[in-house]
Amino acid sequence: MMIELEHVTKIYPEAPSPAVSDVSLTIPAGEICVLIGSSGCGKTSLMRMINRLIDVTSGSIRIGGKNVMEMDVIELRRSIGYVIQQIGLFPHMTVFDNIATVPKLLGWDKKRTRDRVDELLELVNLDPDTFRPRYPRELSGGQAQRIGVARAMAANPPVMLMDEPFGAIDPINREELQDEFLRIQEKLKKTIVFVTHDINEAIKMGQKIALLQEGRLVQYGTPEDLLSKPRNEFVKSFVGTDRALKRLNLLKVEDAMMTTPVHCCLDDRSEMVLEYMLCNDLQFLLVTDPADRLQGYVNLYDLRGHQGIVGDMVRPMTLTVTPKQNLKEALSKMLAYDLGIVVATDEEGILKGILNSRTLISVVGVTYDERGGHWGNITALGRIQEAMGSGLDS
Amino acid sequence: MSGTLSFFIQNWDEVIRLAQQHVYIVAIAVIIAILTGVPTGIWITFHPTAARVVLYLAGIMMTIPSIALFGVMIPVLSIIGHGIGIVPAIIALVLYSQLPIIRNTYAAIKNVDPSIIDAGLGMGMTRAQVLLKVQVPMALSVIFAGVRVAVVMSIGIGAIAAYIGAGGLGHFIFMGITQSYDAMINAGAISVAVMAIVADYIFRIIENRMVSRGLRAR
Repeated sequence: MMIELEHVTKIYPEAPSPAVSDVSLTIPAGEICVLIGSSGCGKTSLMRMINRLIDVTSGSIRIGGKNVMEMDVIELRRSIGYVIQQIGLFPHMTVFDNIATVPKLLGWDKKRTRDRVDELLELVNLDPDTFRPRYPRELSGGQAQRIGVARAMAANPPVMLMDEPFGAIDPINREELQDEFLRIQEKLKKTIVFVTHDINEAIKMGQKIALLQEGRLVQYGTPEDLLSKPRNEFVKSFVGTDRALKRLNLLKVEDAMMTTPVHCCLDDRSEMVLEYMLCNDLQFLLVTDPADRLQGYVNLYDLRGHQGIVGDMVRPMTLTVTPKQNLKEALSKMLAYDLGIVVATDEEGILKGILNSRTLISVVGVTYDERGGHWGNITALGRIQEAMGSGLDS
Repeated sequence: MSGTLSFFIQNWDEVIRLAQQHVYIVAIAVIIAILTGVPTGIWITFHPTAARVVLYLAGIMMTIPSIALFGVMIPVLSIIGHGIGIVPAIIALVLYSQLPIIRNTYAAIKNVDPSIIDAGLGMGMTRAQVLLKVQVPMALSVIFAGVRVAVVMSIGIGAIAAYIGAGGLGHFIFMGITQSYDAMINAGAISVAVMAIVADYIFRIIENRMVSRGLRAR
């Protein structure tokens, strides 16, 4: 369900300036919209107006076309999942009763509630039989927030509000929870309003990011927009001077890789491959089997004077990436070999493409220009092919 | 001491009769005190000004010596013909019980983590549901502690009620004093003490049954 905010303003009686000031934005159905800003910027107030834990002073909020102010407040909240940083599990209730809170409020029968609780526990990767009877004090922080998320999703609400849900969790578990949550969201496609103050989390989680400053919406767009086209100095400083590196997180290998790398086959004659490499000024060449599965690479030095097939001389290449991984992971693997490339294969090991160091540097370099941080017109693909021209392209 | 023992043996029926009277007075008083004190304690969590006034008054109550309170009530309750006896005794115990019960209820409800209340409201519980399904169950153990204090204290003060003819185990104590009969005094005092200890123990058991396992310390 789409969420539309129109000229939303919140003024607290004693406060000198509005907590939220004339914010208008539309959150498309099925997307995660991150509200971000430093503390006191109004991001939490804005979120809490959506389920009317705070009333708007002026402006309107519509969910799926319906004005929230005209809906029954209790019904409205029961149709919106709600997750908070402090988790807020009821300590006197078991995990089962916690997750079953909203289904019970809605009067579901026992069997339906029970089935739903088990389904949710499995969804958040916790064994139902182990965790159902536990009390919150018997859970770790990460487990507790998994239950918090499961509880919010119990009645399958189309909309969820999440207020720094992973903020109190240690960095390692946080990564894991974020990944898990994105995997769940991939399936469920809920419309999510996600509050955080961590720009890295925002870039990772959000399809849209709304940056707020002193109650005003400064910039609203995709993470890409914020990193490459920061609207003003505030946005630029907020996303950080290392925003070029952050882009590496954002781009997938498949966006940047060259998809038809030259390669030779295991049973090609070494002499022919050597000649080909000399003609094209190649230092090394990828080797695949007849089914296009990556076997490794050969280099010029090894092939000199060798009689036979390249399969005898192939060096293994085990650190590869998949097209779905991001460029940061690709960069770290690239550094493991001194070839200056990293190879992308799919799950079966079939060669999908390659990335070279120039590609990555161009991504970082161009982003990092001082004229306001424009990328130029990189469709990453175009740029990379140009950079590859002198290398392996045949 | 052997005198006290033989007193118990010779007057066992009387001991039981007075103990029953004592339990009856205390039980009625504590039931009324719970029914008034707990709702009052909850109510004042929503009204900070009322909270200050109520806790202040309940505090003042505690400073009035029980003998004085009985004395003050005699002329007032004489109007309805209950100047002495069981009625003023129960009223006094109800008044004394208010402070521990109201104060503990108030503090326990107030101390529930605001984020838990926020979670409840955010999920679509009504204010009443948050109160009854979240705050009260979470506050139960502290409320119980207040009730336990009220019970033990009422058993003790209840002994003095014998002075205004309400009966109970205090009867032995007052009779013993006027007759200089040590064994009788001891019998009364020991009975009251034992009753207080037993009552405290019973309430602990009830508390353990009623308070969620999730709230008990590891």
